[in-house]
Amino acid sequence: MTTITATPPKLDSEALTLKSTSLWQITWHRLFRRKSSIIGMIILALLVTIALTAPWIAPYSPTLSMLDVDPPQDIQKRSSPCIHLLGCPQDQPQHIMGTDGNLRDEFSRMLYGARLSLMIGLSTVSFAIIIGTVLGALAGYFGGWIDNLIMRVMDVLLAFPSLLLAIAIVTVLGPGLINALLAIGIVSIPAYARVMRASVLSVREMDFVSATRSLGGNTYEILFKCILPNALTPLIVQGTLGIATAILDAAALSFLGLGAQPPTPEWGSMLGAERNQVFTAPHLVFYPGLAIMLTVLSFNLIGDGLRDALDPRLVHVSS
Amino acid sequence: MTTYIIRRLLLSIPVLFGILFATFALARLIPGDPCRAMLGEKATKVVCDEFNHRHGLDRPIPVQFGVYVNEIAHGDFGSSFRYSKPITELLMERLPITVELSFAALLVSIFIGIPLGVISAVRHNSWVDVVTMMWANVGVSMPVFWLGLMLAYIFALALKDTPLQLPPSGRLSPGIITVPFFETWGMQLTEGSFGFIIVDFFSRMNIFNALMTGNWTLLKDAVTHLILPAFALSTIPMALIARMARSAMLEVLGQDYIRTARAKGLNRRAVILKHAFRNALLPLATVIGLSLGGLLGGAVLTETVFNLSGVGRILYDGITARDYGIVQGFTVVIAMFFVLLNLIVDVSYAYLDPRIRLN
Repeated sequence: MTTITATPPKLDSEALTLKSTSLWQITWHRLFRRKSSIIGMIILALLVTIALTAPWIAPYSPTLSMLDVDPPQDIQKRSSPCIHLLGCPQDQPQHIMGTDGNLRDEFSRMLYGARLSLMIGLSTVSFAIIIGTVLGALAGYFGGWIDNLIMRVMDVLLAFPSLLLAIAIVTVLGPGLINALLAIGIVSIPAYARVMRASVLSVREMDFVSATRSLGGNTYEILFKCILPNALTPLIVQGTLGIATAILDAAALSFLGLGAQPPTPEWGSMLGAERNQVFTAPHLVFYPGLAIMLTVLSFNLIGDGLRDALDPRLVHVSS
Repeated sequence: MTTYIIRRLLLSIPVLFGILFATFALARLIPGDPCRAMLGEKATKVVCDEFNHRHGLDRPIPVQFGVYVNEIAHGDFGSSFRYSKPITELLMERLPITVELSFAALLVSIFIGIPLGVISAVRHNSWVDVVTMMWANVGVSMPVFWLGLMLAYIFALALKDTPLQLPPSGRLSPGIITVPFFETWGMQLTEGSFGFIIVDFFSRMNIFNALMTGNWTLLKDAVTHLILPAFALSTIPMALIARMARSAMLEVLGQDYIRTARAKGLNRRAVILKHAFRNALLPLATVIGLSLGGLLGGAVLTETVFNLSGVGRILYDGITARDYGIVQGFTVVIAMFFVLLNLIVDVSYAYLDPRIRLN
């Protein structure tokens, strides 16, 4: 009689103590492994800091004319940047980015513009995500004529080039920042509705949904507690990239005079107001445009990073 | 294939109907009544009643919608209050300018974007790849109007009196005149006939007209005026195309049949161009098709920046002058055009990939 004495496998102490990593931890790690997403996050962090601290770091109020400062500054309209550290005479008042056509300090306006830009991006996308998610969920969950009706309306919205539809909507609503935001929000609904509908369709028939249903879960619970979490990752990616598009479109509307109205320190409208002075005062066009580009770039870089980081096909490769 | 096209055509009918309904609703949602919006201070009760009756605005809404659809079906897209001209006439005047600009921008983005993307994929992770992708990221984030203004500043002012100097606005230098090619050719056409409209449309594209008449001064002038706007407008599609070309090529290059082709001793060039690139063209067709919509939107901004009197510019003028006729008419036309484009993209996609039409 032989007894088989199996030596228990030596346990790797590290494997035992290894904590389980959640999807978000993995994502976070991967995001920090990409140079481009790090650049994106640094730019965004900088923008957020500027937006939060604008009242303290801005030398002047964004709407204050240099004639109204005490004592009034003797300075030309649209004067070139004057930085004391870079050799600008000390007796001249310092304006890091010069002054604009109404004798306001361009630098202060730029700083306050960061607030508006981030606010524009976040509010339009939140609006579009909320409405898009609900519509997409209803369409995917109920199917039939509800699905048909909702998705055909989305098709119609997609049939217009997005900026043109936004222009048409603002023309009807009347120019203004809120109306521009509403227009861009409406225009971006279909993207989220489609993402949500696709997610709902892919999990609707799965066992855990049937389980919830047989346990007496109502439609609301099934949709928002079972299905929505599964659609979260594509929505986050779409949302981040959507913020970039929203900021760009809002800037374009403001540039055309349909969005933020003067004297609001919005980059697009600041640029639009001075566009005919590009040959005499290029700095007034250069800085706002650069700021728009950097903001949009940061969201695009983070969005791309998130898309790769959240891709489930890659989860096991590098976790 | 025929059944696919028919099915796809039928699918676009509800969308077209939706577009008509949306634009109709937009026009009715304008705050205040259209009479006051159009006539301003001249709008008294009597004038408005007359105005409403003349424009059928005193009829029930469903009837008005029916009339509207009927008019569109007959090619009547309304008229501009500001120019006192039918929209179709304005469109035939202005569209060639936008088409020329968009086409030039599309060519630039294709001929620069595709090679860049393909090279990045073939030399994956090399400096070419890194630079291209960085540049593509910046390109999609660039506000078109800003890039346009900066290009105008650099090429018209900073590089003034160098061979690189380029005009910052307009389509032709003062003094350069253009004669429609059908007149130089001595073609006999009755004004207003279908043939005349088509020929007239093409003759308004300066570059095309210059090529047809062999007028080289005109050609050179038209091209130098088109370079900056076309380049500004092309950045976003160029970046998208380069990215898509790269990822499509990377995917194809990893396939087994590429390894087989290499293993059987084909040279690198043939493998990349014949085996890989052809298969990467499919997703590229979609991106190019979808960029066309973006080009139309971008044209509004580019034409405003460069003072080109195309569709985008007239739309901008229509907005600032509150000419709702222009906004409504042009929106309908552009949306219908866009639906047609999507249809062409889908059909060509189905033609290129049999899996789609058989599904």
